[in-house]
Amino acid sequence: MTILPYLVAVWLFVVGMYGIVTSRNLVHQIISLSVVQASTYVLLLAVGYRAGATAPVFADISTTRPVVDPVVQALSLTDVVVGATVTALLLAVAVQIHKRTGTLDPEALLGRTDS
Amino acid sequence: MTPRVRRIVFLVAGGVFAVTLAWTFRALPSFGHFNGAYGTALSRVSVPERHITDAVTAVNFDYRGFDTLGEEFIFFAAVVGVALILRAQHGERAEHSADYATGRAVPPTSDAVRVLGLGLTPPTVLFGLYIVAHGHLTPGGGFQGGVVLATGVLLIYLAGEFDDLHGLYTETALERSEAIGAGGFIAIGLLGIAIGSALLDNVLPLGTTGSVFSAGIVPLINASVGLEIAAGLVLLLTMFLHQTIVLRETSP
Amino acid sequence: MTALQSVMLVFVAAGGSGVVITRDPLRQAMVASFFGILLAILFFTLQAPDVALSEVVVGAVALPLMILVSLAKIRGGQK
Repeated sequence: MTILPYLVAVWLFVVGMYGIVTSRNLVHQIISLSVVQASTYVLLLAVGYRAGATAPVFADISTTRPVVDPVVQALSLTDVVVGATVTALLLAVAVQIHKRTGTLDPEALLGRTDS
Repeated sequence: MTPRVRRIVFLVAGGVFAVTLAWTFRALPSFGHFNGAYGTALSRVSVPERHITDAVTAVNFDYRGFDTLGEEFIFFAAVVGVALILRAQHGERAEHSADYATGRAVPPTSDAVRVLGLGLTPPTVLFGLYIVAHGHLTPGGGFQGGVVLATGVLLIYLAGEFDDLHGLYTETALERSEAIGAGGFIAIGLLGIAIGSALLDNVLPLGTTGSVFSAGIVPLINASVGLEIAAGLVLLLTMFLHQTIVLRETSP
Repeated sequence: MTALQSVMLVFVAAGGSGVVITRDPLRQAMVASFFGILLAILFFTLQAPDVALSEVVVGAVALPLMILVSLAKIRGGQK
């Protein structure tokens, strides 16, 4: 089952997109977006994994041991924190939409022309 | 298009997309046999060349420090965006800030929560500082340590009221700390240019591997990023809470 | 691929589905926080302690915090 990690990444992406497409609540949509983001982390880390290797921290092991790829971990690391902050930005927009229009339903917001 | 039609269209399109993507992923190196040369080379040279034992921090703040600079400014821009979106609008005024719930009286904070919150705050802040300071030695760094530091402030809010946070800091001081953290990254990078080499080049003395004061500019960048993330997250918390607890609509 | 990694991958897939299936945002915040912990354990088994640390602090603290405070504002407006 060596393609299981990639299948899980695809599944998370599709499930997250399903949540966004069929959602009736803006906050639910935003949290489903974070599931889609999680699929990219799983994909990156699965690509960089090496069988039998250990974490790329040499504080207590010798530098000749095989380690997993540190570059993809560096990418995912900052992405996690920044992704949460962008989620906060989206939630702020949702709060203001609710204040202006009184609803969080994307269906009800379609085609509104008042501000 | 009605929601039902949308759901069916998505199921078809999503199914095709998933099958195509899974088919394409068969061309990826099989799980566990990645042979990327860049990562192998970096983990081999990060200790002898830069005296950094955490290869991920070496990639993030030394070899690819410029990309982390961009990520940090995405964070900064998001916090600015939230500040813009959540500012007081017409028809809102600031009321006295106390916890309130619609339609019922708010119970006072239980003693257990208060004791736990206050008791856990010093270890959390200490742990956050430890993670920021040892980012180049063990897993950690500015990003994670900054969030843990913000957690410490959140514990104070949980143990008390929103007013207690105002006794701790002013919003101006927070904004200045965040700006210092963000600008500090660039300032440290400009050290390299000032000396005549590249931006974000590791120009300070490298020290001995394994001590906290080693690896040149990396601990400084970690501290700067930690300050920015901590101040930014506390600012986000304050803005959201201000919006929720303090701003009330004037009756129409 | 070790058994632990396979088990965690299946849990993560189930957790992601759970987050989307929960429609009420308040409950979804809790499920999302749990999903974050599952992700962190998965990252740990994939030999990525830095990313796991990041995901734990974000998923357990920052994300539920923002969601809950937003919901408090939204529910407070719905009389």
